[in-house]
Amino acid sequence: MAEAQNIPVGSTTAGSIAVAAESTVATRMSAPPSFDVADFPVPHGREEEWRFTPLERLRGLHDGTATATDAGVKVTVEAPEGVVVETVGRDDARLGRAGTPVDRVAAQAYSAFERASVVTVPKETVLTEPIRIAVHGEGGTAYAHQVIELGAFAEALVVIDHTGDAVLAANVEYVLGDGAKLTVVSVQDWDDKAVHAAQHDALLGRDASFKSVIVTFGGDVVRLHPRVTYAGPGGEAELYGLYFTDKGQHQEHRLLVDHNVPHCKSNVAYKGALQGDDAHAVWIGDVLIEAKAEGTDTYEMNRNLVLTDGARVDSVPNLEIETGEIVGAGHASATGRFDDEQLFYLMARGIPEQDARRLVVRGFFAELVQQIGVPDIEERLIAKIEEELEAAVA
Amino acid sequence: MATLEIRDLHVTVEADNATKEILKGVDLTVKQGETHAIMGPNGSGKSTLAYSLAGHPKYTITGGTVTLDGEDVLEMSVDERARAGLFLAMQYPVEVPGVSVSNFLRTSATAVRGEAPKLRTWVKEVKEAMERLNMDPAFAERNVNEGFSGGEKKRHEILQLELLKPKVAILDETDSGLDVDALRVVSEGVNRVRESGEVGTLLITHYTRILRYIKPDHVHVFSAGKIVESGGAELADKLENEGYEAYTKGGASE
Repeated sequence: MAEAQNIPVGSTTAGSIAVAAESTVATRMSAPPSFDVADFPVPHGREEEWRFTPLERLRGLHDGTATATDAGVKVTVEAPEGVVVETVGRDDARLGRAGTPVDRVAAQAYSAFERASVVTVPKETVLTEPIRIAVHGEGGTAYAHQVIELGAFAEALVVIDHTGDAVLAANVEYVLGDGAKLTVVSVQDWDDKAVHAAQHDALLGRDASFKSVIVTFGGDVVRLHPRVTYAGPGGEAELYGLYFTDKGQHQEHRLLVDHNVPHCKSNVAYKGALQGDDAHAVWIGDVLIEAKAEGTDTYEMNRNLVLTDGARVDSVPNLEIETGEIVGAGHASATGRFDDEQLFYLMARGIPEQDARRLVVRGFFAELVQQIGVPDIEERLIAKIEEELEAAVA
Repeated sequence: MATLEIRDLHVTVEADNATKEILKGVDLTVKQGETHAIMGPNGSGKSTLAYSLAGHPKYTITGGTVTLDGEDVLEMSVDERARAGLFLAMQYPVEVPGVSVSNFLRTSATAVRGEAPKLRTWVKEVKEAMERLNMDPAFAERNVNEGFSGGEKKRHEILQLELLKPKVAILDETDSGLDVDALRVVSEGVNRVRESGEVGTLLITHYTRILRYIKPDHVHVFSAGKIVESGGAELADKLENEGYEAYTKGGASE
């Protein structure tokens, strides 16, 4: 039974919510995708894809004034046996297959990087240990390119950790062969001043499974653009995200799932907590079901918990359906706030103030954290959430 | 024996850039095992009394004392009051997104009892208490007050009352918005707690209806920020017949 719906679900309270009317994912962009930065005009901030972003805090990534420095970021790849780790030049044929930059900063990164890292898990290789990629900011400016490729029926878990201070623009490609299974956990645990803009393109082979877990805690501005397209039917993408936006931070997650082939699934769930003045979280969830993508099953959800006054959320789910012959499609967005009345209620039941806050935030994230399915990552996230809460309280 | 003593309590609230005195010298003593009904017209300050005792930050105490077994309640934070044995069943319980009822109840019981209840006995305790209040077990997995009907919210308040076993329970208009069936279930819950003989109950209500189910030992009429008449259960009958008119003459504000 085909079931199609396009129901904008508004906010409960707090922050500001915009729910996009029907629009086309492609035409909302100010320029078509391109690998060349020259194909994109310098954004002025009113473009659909830039209207939430504080351009003046991008440190020149958007207007060509950010020049790569010697001490940019240091990338360390730790991989179990059987994995091939290479550093390659710009002309390597394996680059640029999963997607094309869709905005000026991603194109800038593609036009400016000098060497790319390619990590390959050969076909039918099933890893029992994770691949760990540490991206450590050394205080400079960098353009980076990372490819992670899984051959047919290969299985891997990749953990990418971003720490330190940097101005970084990057493209990350995930190329999944037929039947491959990849889980990627990308943690943005930057220092306070870091600026990080990246496009993540996943291309899923027939019957491939891709699970992306984006965790954003740090940085001054973090703007990520995870995108999924399918190379064959039967693909399944789960995109999870968790962010904790503190005072003054801008954290923006813009997702696109392009259902361009039949019988694929996608499930998007992002949750964020915000606290402090001028904490700003942006979530854009674009799901496109093309006319040929019959049998699609998709759901996307964004929830925000505003812990204090002065924080702002922009949450824009957008589901565009060109065929009715689908299994299911839906989206939801809601922003709730933790306010003094909630605090009073919990405290009136004997619960000390800090425990009350912790209770609410843990509860809010718990369901999502459990979806990750990697116990040590789950524990680390819970610990990190607690740390964020403690820091904010102090 | 636990005793809540309220002496000459004065409370103000900030509204429209002005300070307004709501409570104008409340005197009341509630002993363990006793049930006091506080009745009065809308705007007489009944709920202000309830929230002031629980420590809501909106209200400023400008005079008087409140002690529980000789301990200064007004010096305590909201959570300390609850742990000392005060319980307020709220008229409008708030939603707490992301926190399940079961998690909330356990965290609360742990705080009030001073140690985490043993899991096995706790699960049984909650299950039985919920059954007595005709609550669906699935209720425990919902978020606190989120999407609850009026009746569900009140049952949930009384569930907490039964589990937390306070020394003094303040029930703020627990009867409002309930149909007769829900009122009966909720009242039975309150009565179970009262029958233990270990709780002093302060029942705040606008209507006499709930007093058919919960028999008070003392009835106080509240008007213009203080108790203007006290008596036994017969005073409620008088209010039932005559209303509050006799007490509001002279325009007792709000």
